Amino acid sequence: MILARDLIFQGVQMLLVLALSPLLTGFVRKVKARLLRRQGPPLVQPYRDLVRLMRKDVVLAQSASWLFRVIPYIVFAGTWVAASLVPTFRGGLLFSWSADLIAIIALLGSARFFLALAGLDVGTSFGGIGSSREVMIASLAEPAMLMIVFTLALIAGSTQLSTMAGYMASGAEGLRVSLGLAVIALIMVAIAENARIPIDNPATHLELTMVHEAMVLEYSGRHLALIDLSSELKLLLYVSMIACLFTPWGIAAPEADAQALVVGVVSYLAKLAAGGVLLAVFETAIAKMRVFRVPAFLGAALMLSLLATLLLFVSGSL
Amino acid sequence: MTAYVLYGVAALFALAPTAIALAASRAASGIVYGACLVVTAALTVLAVMSLIGEPSNPAVVLPLGLPWLGAHFRIDALSAFFLIVVNLGGAAASLFALGYGRHEETPHRVLPFYPAYLAAMNLVVLSDDAFSFLVAWEFMSLTSWALVVAHHRDGDNMRAGYVYLLMASFGTLALLLGFGLMAGPDGHYAFDAIRAAHPTAGLAALVLILAVVGAGSKAGVVPLHAWLPLAHPAAPSHVSALMSGVMTKVAVYGFTRIVFDLLGPPDWWWSMVVLALGGVTAAMGVLYALMQHDLKRLLAYHTVENIGIIFIGLGLALAFKAHGMAFAAALALTAGLFHVFNHSIFKSLLFFGAGAVLNATGERDMEHLGGLIHRMPQTAFVFLVGCVAISALPPLNGFVSEWLTFQAILLSPQLPSWGLKFLVPAVGALLALSAALAAACFVKAFGMSFLGRPRTPVAANAQETDGSSLAAMYFLAALCLVAGVLPGLFIDALAPVSRALVTTAMPHQTGIEWLTIVPIAESRSSYNGLLVFVFVTLSGSIAAFAIHRLASDRLRRGPAWDCGYPDPSPATQYTASSFAQPIRRVYGTTIFQAREIGEMPPPGATTPARLTVELRDLIWDALYAPLAAFVGFATERLNILQFLTIRRYLTLVFGALVLLLLVLAI
Repeated sequence: MILARDLIFQGVQMLLVLALSPLLTGFVRKVKARLLRRQGPPLVQPYRDLVRLMRKDVVLAQSASWLFRVIPYIVFAGTWVAASLVPTFRGGLLFSWSADLIAIIALLGSARFFLALAGLDVGTSFGGIGSSREVMIASLAEPAMLMIVFTLALIAGSTQLSTMAGYMASGAEGLRVSLGLAVIALIMVAIAENARIPIDNPATHLELTMVHEAMVLEYSGRHLALIDLSSELKLLLYVSMIACLFTPWGIAAPEADAQALVVGVVSYLAKLAAGGVLLAVFETAIAKMRVFRVPAFLGAALMLSLLATLLLFVSGSL
Repeated sequence: MTAYVLYGVAALFALAPTAIALAASRAASGIVYGACLVVTAALTVLAVMSLIGEPSNPAVVLPLGLPWLGAHFRIDALSAFFLIVVNLGGAAASLFALGYGRHEETPHRVLPFYPAYLAAMNLVVLSDDAFSFLVAWEFMSLTSWALVVAHHRDGDNMRAGYVYLLMASFGTLALLLGFGLMAGPDGHYAFDAIRAAHPTAGLAALVLILAVVGAGSKAGVVPLHAWLPLAHPAAPSHVSALMSGVMTKVAVYGFTRIVFDLLGPPDWWWSMVVLALGGVTAAMGVLYALMQHDLKRLLAYHTVENIGIIFIGLGLALAFKAHGMAFAAALALTAGLFHVFNHSIFKSLLFFGAGAVLNATGERDMEHLGGLIHRMPQTAFVFLVGCVAISALPPLNGFVSEWLTFQAILLSPQLPSWGLKFLVPAVGALLALSAALAAACFVKAFGMSFLGRPRTPVAANAQETDGSSLAAMYFLAALCLVAGVLPGLFIDALAPVSRALVTTAMPHQTGIEWLTIVPIAESRSSYNGLLVFVFVTLSGSIAAFAIHRLASDRLRRGPAWDCGYPDPSPATQYTASSFAQPIRRVYGTTIFQAREIGEMPPPGATTPARLTVELRDLIWDALYAPLAAFVGFATERLNILQFLTIRRYLTLVFGALVLLLLVLAI
């Protein structure tokens, strides 16, 4: 009975993240447009884009290999599985034990690995530029992320995201220096990982500074739809992760009743909206960086997270 | 059991002269590699049986070697595990060589040494006394040296062989001194006697340093790695696989045997040395690898990185052992040894792939390859599996061992020593950094060789490799997946080793439901490779099915888009060097003193613009170059001794005699 209930909630979670992620992207775009005093596209525009792309033919470059056609599915699957293991409105996900936070990060790493390969597959200069910059960014963002995981795991005594979120929600921890450092580093990493300004510009095409968009330049039709959906899922994943770790209020406990679940869903949506607004404000307020300023930005994230871990090794109370 | 294994080793030894006798015949390579395959496969089975059957094999003493000692051989849990690594790697390499060896131009330079090399590695692992260990170790070095210089006329291979020989002798010397110190003045060379004698703290420290230098130089620990990226690629590819995948593991065996078994209880600062070396080795190895554009050299440098990861695991185990935290020590040791197994699998696989590419195109330089996925789809697929595994990405095996290492690091705040409290997080950061850089490195390796458009005609006309080579690669790729999705089996198999070295083992894994692995406690951390694999495969397939059925499955081919400016010349693609340029700029400006020199011709001139990149190997410049200069200087000075008159030689001999007699008298 409990198993069936948990199974249903796990399924709901998988569908929920899939359904909500384009909305979050649309919301961020809308807020950004309003901040620039533009009307902006409607909230549902990302859904329409996805449907339109799905229906279109794929135009495949002549030099593309079988791998190029498989990669969108791998990237999508990896990101989706990772996103469905991050607690959203209810803690204690059924399959949370099958992959802890380190494995979730590594799953996203797999997705990126294959996407970078896709950038190289057709053999164009734009694809190469995107891939080589993406792996450079990842080479700093991933260790920073792992050090953040270390910090959180040392505080919560677990690397299981559901357990961590439960621990954070229990209120056993007050304000801690290391947590503060970790949240700053996590936000910096999340901005880089999701190819947002100031690291990369999600709205650009044909610009020598683009990274993610250059990598997926050769994709079209359903393949592009899947890649776009994966990016949207990844944004949702990071917002949910920050929300469940640092603002764990309202998340329903595994044995919660219907009322708590409603509270969970509403608070989750509120957190997503807050995250979207903050992201949009941040992106509007800041200019994009030169590519070779990015290492300094991410290096700072790495140092902050390393410092947070060191503090925990040295003292249990910091 | 030991006796049967020794028969197998003897059979391998016997194959060496057979190979010489057969060298003229055309079937020689088939016979030798076939026989090696059979023997190593049998030895693998025996080794698995002795590891699972909780070996309590008595030592076998053969009347060889030192007359008052004899040669002791014994299989305990540790040697059984490494026997599996050696012989599994040997079997795969032999299977690969059944096809690959047919293209060998000078088989008589390779065939006799190959079985002897396999036998020597087996003997190192089997030895139960210092004398046989050192003889086998040196024999392993020499046979592999002979294989490195098999193609001595090509390129820099002679220099590679020379550097290798020097470093190998140096390493053996360090081990010789180490064993000498452990055996004491009475010469207790048998491992049992060494184990019973407890050296003083100072002596043990000295032995530790010698073991790190001796075994570390063979394994490729930075800064003793200099020979490895020269020698490993120089050998024929199946031997490269053995050297990189297996021989470095034999070195790890030597280190583990001395430090965990023979030397007695560890001091806490030992682990500082090992951890610091491991962290630096991991990060430096992968950075070196990223700067390469020779496929085999990239793989060789990457071995250095993985050795670093293994040493991090072993160092953590030492730290926990010294502080009496047996369960944590078991976790760290299991992580390190599991990575030993994993690395031997995927590194062999990748070297086989590089060998297949080399055979098909005659090229090792990635800047001359490209687009091989179209011509060699199967090799590309298995090579990709190897790349994913070595980049520590789930659901393959590389991830599991790194995950276990991370879990061990997360236990280390409980360590009381302050030095470790500062060092371990730094090492953790280095490990995380090297994992991320490894993924970058293998995006580059796979992307440049197999993806894109062919950069040269040889790459455009490559042919898929032969059946037995493919079989060997598929076998290893399957093992990568099995060890990735069912890690519990492998962790349980390592339990006897861990019990023998750190008194306890990780909790039993195979009984846990859904085949999850739980290193410490369920609330703390768990990972289920099988479920991750199933989930990813399922959701990917469902997405593909749904989209093809409900939306569109039409596909058209067209020219590449490239923002409207596609260039038909394959030279406009990213190359290995340009791919690594951002990373070179971020990390290389200090570590390699990388400098980019752009030559721009004046307007109107017809000379091409050029960009040259200068990299300096600071370790070579700071350590090896002065040493070589000193040796050169000293030999120059001593050279006069060669041109003395007979009177002076006689004076020298007389003087030496008097001196010796004086020494004896005093």
